Amino acid sequence: MLGLNKNDLTLLAIVAVLTLFAPFILNPFPADSAMAQFNAGYPDLMQRFIIFGIFAIGFNILFGLTGYLSFGHAAFLGVGSYASVWMFKLLSYNVVPAILLAVIVAGLFSVLIGYVSLRRSGIYFSILTLAFAQMSFALAYSVLSNPRFNLTNGETGLQVYKNDPQIFHGENMQDFPHFFGIYMNSTHTMNVGAWSFDFNAGYYLCAIVMILAFYLSIRIFRSPFGMMLRAIKSNQTRMSYTGLNPRPHTLAAFVISGMYAGLAGGLMAAMDPLAGAERMQWTASGEVVLMTILGGTGTLIGPVLGAGFIKYFENIFSKINDTILHQWFAFLPDGIEDFVVFIIHPFIGKGWHLTLGILFMLVVVFLPGGLVEGGQRIGKWIKSRGKSDDSTASTEPAE
Amino acid sequence: MGILEVKDVNKRFGGLQALGDVNLSVAENSVHAIIGPNGAGKSTLLNCLVGKLIPDTGSVMFDGQSVLGRSPHEINQMGISRVFQTPEIFGDLSVMENMMIPCFASRDGSFRLHAVENMMNEKDIVEKAEAMLEDMNMIDKRHMHANSMSRGDKRRMEIGMCLAQEPRLLLLDEPTAGMARADTNNTIDLLKQISDERDITIAIIEHDMHVVFSLAQRITVLAQGTPLVEDTPENIKGHPKVREAYLGETQVA
Repeated sequence: MLGLNKNDLTLLAIVAVLTLFAPFILNPFPADSAMAQFNAGYPDLMQRFIIFGIFAIGFNILFGLTGYLSFGHAAFLGVGSYASVWMFKLLSYNVVPAILLAVIVAGLFSVLIGYVSLRRSGIYFSILTLAFAQMSFALAYSVLSNPRFNLTNGETGLQVYKNDPQIFHGENMQDFPHFFGIYMNSTHTMNVGAWSFDFNAGYYLCAIVMILAFYLSIRIFRSPFGMMLRAIKSNQTRMSYTGLNPRPHTLAAFVISGMYAGLAGGLMAAMDPLAGAERMQWTASGEVVLMTILGGTGTLIGPVLGAGFIKYFENIFSKINDTILHQWFAFLPDGIEDFVVFIIHPFIGKGWHLTLGILFMLVVVFLPGGLVEGGQRIGKWIKSRGKSDDSTASTEPAE
Repeated sequence: MGILEVKDVNKRFGGLQALGDVNLSVAENSVHAIIGPNGAGKSTLLNCLVGKLIPDTGSVMFDGQSVLGRSPHEINQMGISRVFQTPEIFGDLSVMENMMIPCFASRDGSFRLHAVENMMNEKDIVEKAEAMLEDMNMIDKRHMHANSMSRGDKRRMEIGMCLAQEPRLLLLDEPTAGMARADTNNTIDLLKQISDERDITIAIIEHDMHVVFSLAQRITVLAQGTPLVEDTPENIKGHPKVREAYLGETQVA
């Protein structure tokens, strides 16, 4: 079905179910319980999971398949955001033209950067993309925001003002992005007993786009083109001595992943009609690299898991503060309680990067294949346990 | 006129004259060996043929067309395939995928963006790749990871990958280097069979005299970047110049 084999179809179905039911899955704790702060089922965070998931899926098409490590993908995300906000300013708050333009502009921009950067490989390629992204950041932050020619609105960030043309903006329309009248911030809250679940229109738009993006990435992975990209990663010499030109292949992969980043940027602007230059900064480019490696480079589901993992922990650890810690450890004697809080303090709140760094190191050292490898190991372990329960005699050694 | 005509090729690396006035003509559908002691310029010559190096002067014509200034993938698409000294294969891919890639390359040219088709649905490619694996006697290894095979199997697969493109000229750079005697003999048999059954010209660079004399119909001896003699194996064996420059220094098998 859908041109996929059984395993891929199952994977797609799992992703579809997880994203569509995320408002339930991510809110396992009652709203007024102490554990409610570990809930992630509120629209803003769920949207971020999905958007960064799309970003990482696209990045994985380049990095996972060809092995070309781009350190400048946030530039395409930023360009996509700016393009969408410009559509909001000029046309109307409808998200469809905004997202389309975001993808197109990011695609064109990545043709330009890719054409130059892909003349080199390895570390030089990474440095070139990093340089381009930082140049784009500088352009957006200052150069392109002078009074005569204001494309990006500098450090304030590009946003929609009352005196913008918005030629298709209806009389009685709200000033917020919408999908043919469905506003992205409209949320339906369902209360079931002590639980409360939010169903947000913007989240569901992102979710559907991500399922489509994920489906497309499966098709690319299984296509002859995907195989060529893996061949480039494996042996570029053999590639060219087999009569295949590696450069258009890598450029196509670069542009496709740039368009995914543009799509993510467009969706980001659709959820919150604002675009700032900081989206293009190298830290943002680095984040998507971390997500992909953490989840599992070159695997289909890995980047989505990595994006969710990083965004979840960023959110949870940055929310915990000393007051909450004191509540948790209130059962300890006073002196020890203060000491424990003192020890944990650097890892929470503003220090969440420290925690994330440690988690990242643990994953890379013990699970080089990322979270996907972790899942596979658990799966194998369960299987081998099941086997040994059935017939204790025939235990095969694990690989 | 041979299928491959090398005329007055010179190549310098700084002060070293790697190739000096090399003339070589490879007749169509023959097996032509190029031998010579270490540093004679055999590999440099080969690299000039496939576009990895560009000669300083001279011309290299393949089937009436110049190959100079073309990139390796263009030269390959003209009909020249190369087997490397250490097998160059797609180690991270399966054996079947390794065999499918050259099939795609010969059908679709150097680049085609078929990004959403399922590759297993390309019936003609799958059939051709399977047939080639059958020919190479490795159909039972089709799902194996290419890197996990033995060196002999890798070599066999590399030759199969080159043949899958239906080249007119197959260049082999020391195909039996570092192989056990049994593997070497297998490779000789395979190459003999290829040359008998297919419309193909084979040019082979080799150190191992056993391989050279069991395969070649003509032999060119290179020494210090210049061809010394070109003749049939029988004449080469007894040639005094060759004995002096080359065979005298090595053990003849």
